[in-house]
Formats: sequence, structure tokens, C-alpha cells
Amino acid sequence: MTSHGFREITFSINGKEKKLHIDVRKSLLEVLREQLGLTSVKQGCAVGECGACSVLVDDVLIDSCIFLAVWAHGKKVRTVEGEAKNRKLSKVQQAYVDEGAVQCGFCTPGFIMATTSFVEKHKGEKKTREEIRKDHAGNLCRCTGYQNILKAVEKCINSDLVK
Amino acid sequence: MFDLKKNIKAETVDKAIKHLAENPDAKLIAGGTDVLIKLRQGKSEYCELVDIHDIDELKFIRIDDDKSIVIGSGMVFSKIIESDIIKKHIPMLCEAAESLGGPQVRNMATIGGNICNGVTSADSASSLFTLNAILILKGEDGTREIPISDFYLGPGRVDLKKCEVLTAFKITHDNYQGYFGHYYKYAMRDAMDIATIGCAVCLKTKNGILKDYRIAYGVAGPVPMRCRETEKTVINKKVSKDLLDEIAKTVEKDVNPRTSWRASREFRINIIKELSKRATKKALKRAGEKF
Ligand SMILES: Cc1cc2nc3c(=O)[nH]c(=O)nc-3n(C[C@H](O)[C@H](O)[C@H](O)COP(=O)(O)OP(=O)(O)OC[C@H]3O[C@@H](n4cnc5c(N)ncnc54)[C@H](O)[C@@H]3O)c2cc1C
Ligand code: FES
Ligand code: FES
Repeated sequence: MTSHGFREITFSINGKEKKLHIDVRKSLLEVLREQLGLTSVKQGCAVGECGACSVLVDDVLIDSCIFLAVWAHGKKVRTVEGEAKNRKLSKVQQAYVDEGAVQCGFCTPGFIMATTSFVEKHKGEKKTREEIRKDHAGNLCRCTGYQNILKAVEKCINSDLVK
Repeated sequence: MFDLKKNIKAETVDKAIKHLAENPDAKLIAGGTDVLIKLRQGKSEYCELVDIHDIDELKFIRIDDDKSIVIGSGMVFSKIIESDIIKKHIPMLCEAAESLGGPQVRNMATIGGNICNGVTSADSASSLFTLNAILILKGEDGTREIPISDFYLGPGRVDLKKCEVLTAFKITHDNYQGYFGHYYKYAMRDAMDIATIGCAVCLKTKNGILKDYRIAYGVAGPVPMRCRETEKTVINKKVSKDLLDEIAKTVEKDVNPRTSWRASREFRINIIKELSKRATKKALKRAGEKF
């Protein structure tokens, strides 16, 4: 085991197994963007405040800017790039489009992952606006004023209830 | 990129202790939500790390044979919120956990890191103070236990000896059974904000009398603190509106907040007094007291 320099990690990224040599000093955000070209993962603040870098690790929502890349070893990582299946947007992505919850788009990938985690965790439950707000409090948006984002999340939750 | 010179992964607690012994400048990293921020700010004290992030033996919540609740130091706050044991026996700790950061931070931040950073605003600290939590520490010479109130030495300084790892928190049966509590966080924003003042109350009543009363604050002094004078004054008194006013009045003598860019000393004292009433009232309601 090396303490510095490079380390080999294997992990699943959007359903594909990958083996990478990574610099142990890098954040998961840096490895995803620079080594894998997954540029949906945005760096806003780099200190865990804005959520633009949100991804799922073993289906748990985290800020990849303050997550060491070596911690991804043996885990399953999901980014927005893997959410659309067979050229069809995920339900969450479609709801954001339908509700016009996107303006400049910088915060959107992070928000999509936050909502995806929220919807998967609370499948079939009814959720209040307050609960939706609380579970998206780690994501900032400078453009939309949040109203349409709230509507999009509500749409995902409600469509789950209908099914 | 983080300015790391070393990042040594520990597979077990014993190995972490060994790595710390072999690398005298190294510090532990668990969830990293404090350490990685400090590295981003260019603080070099964390440039050598022993990584305990993935140690499974630190991730548990259990009830022991003597009915103590034991919480592994590596438990993240979202798991504490979801724990049936904590929900049932110490719901105030769920409230403290829910008030911390946002979802992403709660998924990463550990309760061990929250206490070991020695910060007065740590949201889990005041609740753990009122529960008389005991810290279990493991080092080169074995294991020792110490009450949380003795653990804080000063701002950012805790009683972690060389090479020690905090492994767990223990809350004994007589410190939670029959107690009702509440944690109230006052911050400038409802989420993702450090407490201006955090107040935890834990109490026990019998026939309308306050049989035991514990009140602790974050940010009311350089480290989290219990208000012993207030506690002494009100124990064995009758539950009433007047008692709430008495608590608010006495508590001012126990605390020593400071002025910072977040809030002035006077403002904090005002909040401290009001929160003592609100948290006590809520805890009394939970205890079934009507007044
Ligand atoms: C955006 C954001 C919002 C936040 N909001 C809040 C908030 O509202 N309230 C709050 O209280 N905090 C908040 N924090 C601070 C932080 O998340 C917490 O203090 C957290 O609990 C720290 O835990 P960690 O596992 O991430 O610690 P780390 O960063 O891994 O470690 C913190 C310190 O503890 C030491 N340490 C960790 N584990 C051990 C152990 N087992 N034994 C001995 N020493 C150990 C480390 O060496 C280091 O000194 C916030 C942080 C961020 C980034
Ligand atoms: S870039 Fe990670 S939280 Fe802002
Ligand atoms: S759409 Fe621009 S930041 Fe959210």
C-alpha cells in the first residue's frame, strides 16, 4: 500500500467497471471530470456549500469536491451522464425539462442527482414542500428562484404515487 | 487537488493507531468535511493523513447487555437520523443530526469528527453533554473512557492523546431512560448554517416536579458547556411558567458568549435566554407535563 503518489482503484461508474491509476491527492470531482470526461459534475465552491458537484456513491448523495477519489474504490458511482437510458431521459430529468427548472444549467446536474436520491429514497411516500426544500438544502441555484425546481420534484414524487 | 504529502489508508483501528505512531505529524480523516475544507484553505497541519473513512468497525449503533447505547465514532449523521435505536431512545440526537449542514454533508460527516474538531458550534455536542455521554478512546496503551465534559480543553483543542482514536460514544441506561429532551438550533439560515446558538435540554419529571434537569449550549462559550448553576437552582422545583422564566434568568450567569461577525455578545445572550425556555418547554411537553 502506498501512502502517496498514485494508487489503483476499481469502481463502477454509471454501470461500467473501471480501473484507474489515480493521484491520491485528487478529489472524486477532479477524477470524474479530468480522467473520465464526465463534465456534468461541476465545481462551484469546492468546499461543500453549493452542491453543484453532487454525485451518488453507492446511491448516497455526496459532494464530490470534498470526497477523496480513493474513497470510490469498490463503490458504485453515478453521475448525470448515466441517468438517461436508451436515449430516454430519466423521470427526474424529464420533470426538470417539463417544468422549466433549468436556466443557465450550472446547478442542474447536481440538482438532478439530489432529486434522484430523494425520489429513490422516498419511493411511494407523500412529501411536503418543506420536506422537499430540506432535502435539497445542499444545492444552490443562482437563476431559477427554486420555484420550478420544487415543481419538478413534486412532479416526480406525484407520478410515483399514481403508479 | 488537495495539498497532501501522505494519505495512509488504515484498514482497522489498531492499524490506524500504528500508522499514527509511525507518522507523528499525521492526523486522522474520517468524513473529511472539516479536514478537506481546512486543506482547501491551505492549512498545512493536515498535509499528512491517516484515513479511517472506510473502517467498518467504527460504523455501528447498538444496545449493550447493560442497556447502554453505544454509537460508533464513524457513524454519519444521516445514519443516526435513520437509526431505530436513536429514534426510540434519544430522539433529541436525531434533531441535532437533522440540523447539521445539508443532505450531502450529513451523508459524509461523522459524529466522531464533529466532537474531535473541538468546535463550540458542533451541533451534536450539546445533546451529548446533556446525556452525559462517555467517549471511548483507543490508543497504544489500550482503551480509556472519559466523560464528554472533560474532553474539551479549549477552542479546537480536545483531550486526544498521541495516537489515540475515538472509537465510540456510550450513553448509559440511567442517562436516557425516563429522560425527555430537545435540541434547538438558532442560525441565520434554516439549513447549511453554523449555529449562532445551539441549546439542548434533557430532563425527567415526577408528579409535576423537575426531578433532573440538564441544559447545555454550543457557542455560549469557547467550548460546548453545561449550565451547572442553573441546573442546581431548578432541580426539585415545581414545573410552571415561572420556572421557565427563572431558568432564562439564571442561565445568563452560566454562559460567556463572545461577539463575532455572526452575532454580538448581547444578541447571543438574548437568544440563549429565549432558547432555554423554548427547549425546556418542548422537553416538558414530551415528558407529558401540562402547565
Ligand atoms: C458545508 C458544510 C456545512 C457544515 N455544517 C455544519 C453544521 O451545521 N453543524 C456542525 O456541527 N458542523 C457542520 N459542518 C462541519 C462538519 O461537517 C462536522 O463537524 C462533521 O461532523 C465533521 O466530521 P467528519 O467525519 O467530516 O470529520 P473530519 O473532517 O474527518 O475530521 C474532523 C476532525 O476530527 C478528527 N477526527 C475525526 N474522526 C476521529 C476519530 N475517530 N478519532 C479521533 N479524531 C478524529 C480529525 O483528525 C479532525 O481533526 C459543516 C461542514 C460543511 C463542509
Ligand atoms: S463544488 Fe462541491 S459543493 Fe460546491
Ligand atoms: S440554473 Fe443557473 S444556477 Fe441554477
